[in-house]
Order: sequence, then structure tokens, then C-alpha cells
Amino acid sequence: MPADRHRSRTKMTDTRAKIRTFLVDNFLFGPADASLDDDASFLELELVDSTGVIELVSFVEESFGIKVQDNEITRENFDSVARLAHFVESKLPAAVSQPAQS
Amino acid sequence: MLLHDDFKRIAAEQPDRSALVVGDREYRYGELCRDVERLAVHLQQAGVGRGARVAVYLRNGAEFVVALFACFECGAVAVPLNPQIKQNKLTYILHEVEPAALIAAAELRPIWSPERDALPGLRTVVQVGRPPRGSPPAGRDSEYEHVLAVAVGAVRNPGTIDQDLAAIIYTSGSTGEPKGVMLTHLNMVTARGAILQYLGIDAADRIYCALPLTFDYGLYQVLMAFAIGASVVLDDGFVYVGDMLARLAGRNCTVFPAIPTMISLMMAGGDLRSQDAAGVRLVTNTAAALSPAHIRYIRRNFPGARLFSMYGLTECKRVSYLPPEELDRRPDSIGRGMPNEEVYLVDDQGRRLPHGSIGELVVRGSHVMRGYWRKQAETDECLRPGSIEGERVLHTGDMFRSDAEGYLYFLGRKDDIIKSRGEKVSPREIEKIVSAHDAVIDVAAVGVPDAVSGEAIRLFIRRAPNSQVGAREILAYCAARMERHMTPREVVFVEALPRTPNGKVDKKALQRGEIAHAGGPASQ
Repeated sequence: MPADRHRSRTKMTDTRAKIRTFLVDNFLFGPADASLDDDASFLELELVDSTGVIELVSFVEESFGIKVQDNEITRENFDSVARLAHFVESKLPAAVSQPAQS
Repeated sequence: MLLHDDFKRIAAEQPDRSALVVGDREYRYGELCRDVERLAVHLQQAGVGRGARVAVYLRNGAEFVVALFACFECGAVAVPLNPQIKQNKLTYILHEVEPAALIAAAELRPIWSPERDALPGLRTVVQVGRPPRGSPPAGRDSEYEHVLAVAVGAVRNPGTIDQDLAAIIYTSGSTGEPKGVMLTHLNMVTARGAILQYLGIDAADRIYCALPLTFDYGLYQVLMAFAIGASVVLDDGFVYVGDMLARLAGRNCTVFPAIPTMISLMMAGGDLRSQDAAGVRLVTNTAAALSPAHIRYIRRNFPGARLFSMYGLTECKRVSYLPPEELDRRPDSIGRGMPNEEVYLVDDQGRRLPHGSIGELVVRGSHVMRGYWRKQAETDECLRPGSIEGERVLHTGDMFRSDAEGYLYFLGRKDDIIKSRGEKVSPREIEKIVSAHDAVIDVAAVGVPDAVSGEAIRLFIRRAPNSQVGAREILAYCAARMERHMTPREVVFVEALPRTPNGKVDKKALQRGEIAHAGGPASQ
């Protein structure tokens, strides 16, 4: 179903964009147009700390209407724009997030 | 007794006993001790003798632990330095302690390598790990792995006694300059013994340590474990709580030393699954008080654990603990003194006060530091004559209330030191850094209550005329020059800073929000 696939890819792009905007606005010091690589590690960039992670959790919960459990707050799920977008998509209702490989 | 005596004995008697887990790698007492001896041999052969300082500028890892014990082994004084320390502070500290050796992370090479030639007493640099891409080769610096592979011979007995310094631990001072707390083997053995006694940690315990080893609360987890043959699961920081929980449960940890920030992190994801904390029998907290919500959360989610609220300062390591059975009766108390220690409150004139008073806390015992490294005035301010001729007792600068039974309740600091994520932060240090910014005419840093950090730092800034500098730029400027726990969270631009009648910035007024706002981009 190409239409669906197209829609989900757009969705994924939206998710990443939303996350990136939040990070750039809230965590990424420096020029306002600073770019952030989708695969860059937040830890290695020293972008988030414990306080930052709590803000990030509230942000994804509120913006995407999902509930994040403690055991899901891992480096694997949270440590880059791409990882976090993938995690968020996986938590959304299946119909919307189906083939999320992009 | 020296700090490493028990470790050596355990390593000789039970070499296969588990000592340390870092990542997937498990280190046994025997192999760790072998590494310690090899590094100590290298240091001795380089000319690092008894009393020489060795700066350890590393992240949490086995190398940190090995470096620490290698210092003790060759009679040197370990100077742990937070890997988040930036250029200026590192320069200051290195020039003050004049290290004979530097054991440093290769990834931090851009920060420390410019210093190495300016330190005349430096005899060896041991680089740990891989340098960032594009860095120059190590040159005459030694590589940690190589040192361990080639060191031969035995460590010569340096003749250390328990009056010798074991460590200098840097902390923030009200003057804005970092102060090196000098601790002898006796100081540290005493504190370690008292804490082990009241916590009741034993050889079968496994401690989960995600606290930095440059922070004494983290450091003592290793010192305590290695005194009795227990083991430590060591992580480098605690950003992602799910990873922390996986280690806690996956490695069967029984002791969880926490600070309130960690509990807040857990609370962000709701309650834990029952298996996450099932094996934990002991939770400790220090650095900042737990809120009633924190206490409820810990009790609900660590049902098998006893919870100890504690209080201390680097200058003597630990002062007090609240026995878990007192927690319901006095949830906001940090308890009473430890075994083999005396604590009391004094008034402005230094007169001893009875229970049920308000005053400055004074600490007396063999765990009290020898003073601040090369800072006589600051030392005399804080270590004052005790009742016995020649004795000095520690005036903490912390104000407390005591109840009728002598339990202590923290009220605040005598000075304006901020406590952020459990570490002392000097507003003066922050102000010095920020005032060097071209667009800043006047600046004041104050602590504001924060659910996660205890206190967060808010800057009040008067900008140069016509300057359009924004909060973002100021925060970025700070982030590049400060450790994370002291980096301000917010910036407020003001027309003028409020002053007291004698001309000092009125920080109380700033905390109350009595300010004249300036136009332009405000806080973020």
C-alpha cells in the first residue's frame, strides 16, 4: 500500500522534526539555526543530563500522547533524534506507525 | 592502618573474589591488585614518591579505581578531578597541587595537554583510552595499557603512615576559587569504618555506583567495598534511568547509593516493575534532603530496602545518618552523629548550645580533614581550636536546628553557597566566569529551588548599553566553561542589581524576585 507507506514516512519525518525542534529550542545552546544530526548521541554531545531527560520524557508524553515507563528510558530508546523518533513511533497506535523504516 | 591494607589482604587471600563490574567486564580482586601494583611500579620508577600528588582526571571506570589504589600503594596523594572540569579550573588546580604524575583520559587530551609543559614537577603522564580523532600522538606520554603490560618489578615500601595524606579532593569555596580538602589515611579509614558500621554493609553485598568517583559519595562506595571484600557495579553517570535499573537488577545489586536527582528520574517514569529493585536491601541518600514524595516512592518501589538519610561534607566525608526506624518520626531530620564522632551546635560566639537550639554545626573526630591545600586562611576559618590543647574541630558553615534528643534538621548555609545535584556550587565562581563576557556589566548568581537538582542556578545580568546578547548565548558561554552541575539554568536581564545598604548585591531580594526587568530576550 504505497499511500500508507508514504503517509508513515511523512509521519516519521514529522516526528523527527518535532523532536529536533524541541531539542534545539531547549537544549542546544548556540546559534538558533544550529543543526543536529539525527544519529548524534545526546550523551556524547553532552546535550542532555538527568534534568534534560526528565524534560524530554514529559515532552514526548505530552506531544505524542504516549506513556513512557522507567525501563524504557534507555540509551537505546532516547539517545539520538532517530532513536527517540523510532521509539515514539513504536509506542503510537499500530495503524499509524506501521512500516516505519526510513 | 592505611586505606589499601584490606584490599591487598583480600586480593592475596581471595584473588578470585569479584571486586568490580564495569560494562560487561568483571574484575576480580587478584587481577585488579596486579594492575594496581604495575601502575604503582611505573609511578615509582618515574620518581613519584611518598607525598607526591597524582592528578587523576578520568571518567568512572576500572582505570580510575586502579589509579587511586596505585597512588595509595606508592605513598602518593590522589587528586581526583571531575572530567567535566574545563580549561581554566584545571589550570588553576594543576598549578596549585603541582602533581608529579597525571593520569588522564585521552579523550580530554585537548584540555590537559597544553598544561603538561607548564608543570615543572610533572614526571609522568599516563593516558587512558583512545584520544579523539585528529589528536597528535601521545609522544612521550605513556599509554595505560602499555604501562600495565611492561611494568616489571615490585613496589618498594614507601614507608607511609596513617598521618600521611591519601587524597586531596577539590570542592567549591565561597571565594570562588576551588579548595583542595586534604585527607589523611587516618581521616579516610575513620570515615569509612564508621559508615560501614552503621550501614551494616558486608562482604556479600554488591553496591551499584553511578555516582562520579570524583565526588566523595561515589569514591567511598569503592573504598568501603574494598575494605570488606564486597563488590561494586560501576557506571559512568546516571542519565537514562532504564539502563540504571537494568544494571541494578541484572547484576543483582543489594546496595543503592542515591541522591534525590536519581529518585526524581525514576519518578518521571512512574512506579518501577517489581523485579527492578527486588534485590536491593539498602538505599542511602545524601547530598540533599529527600522530599516526602521521594521517601514514599522509595518505600513503595524498594520494599525490601532500609532507607538511610545522611548528611556530610567533603571536609570530613560524613557527619550524620538517620536510623531507618526514625524516618517516620522525623522524616526531615538528617539524624545524629556517627560512631566515634562528636557533633554539636554553636552560637555566633562559638559557644556550645544544648539540644533544642539553632546554630552552626561543629564536627569533632579523626575523620576531620587536615585543612585546605595551600590555603591557610580558609583552613583557619573552618578548622578552629577545640577544647583539648592542639585539637582542631570543623566548623561546617551549615546552620542546623536540633530537637530535644539531638536529631539535626538542616536550615541553610551561613554563606551563599548553592547546593546543586548534591555538589557545592560557589556563586562567586560562576559570577567570575560570566563577568568576563564582553556584554556583561554586572552579574549575580543565586540558587532557586528545583525539583530535580535541589537548587538550580539563576543568573541576573545587567548588560552593556546597546548589547543585544540573549539568554541562549550566555548559557552557551557558561556551558563551555563550567562543569554541568554549576551551569546556570536561567538568565534574567535586569536594569540594575538590588544592593544592600553597604553596597553588596542583595541576593535575598533577588531570590524574592525584587528586580527591575530589562527589555529584550529574558529568561529561558
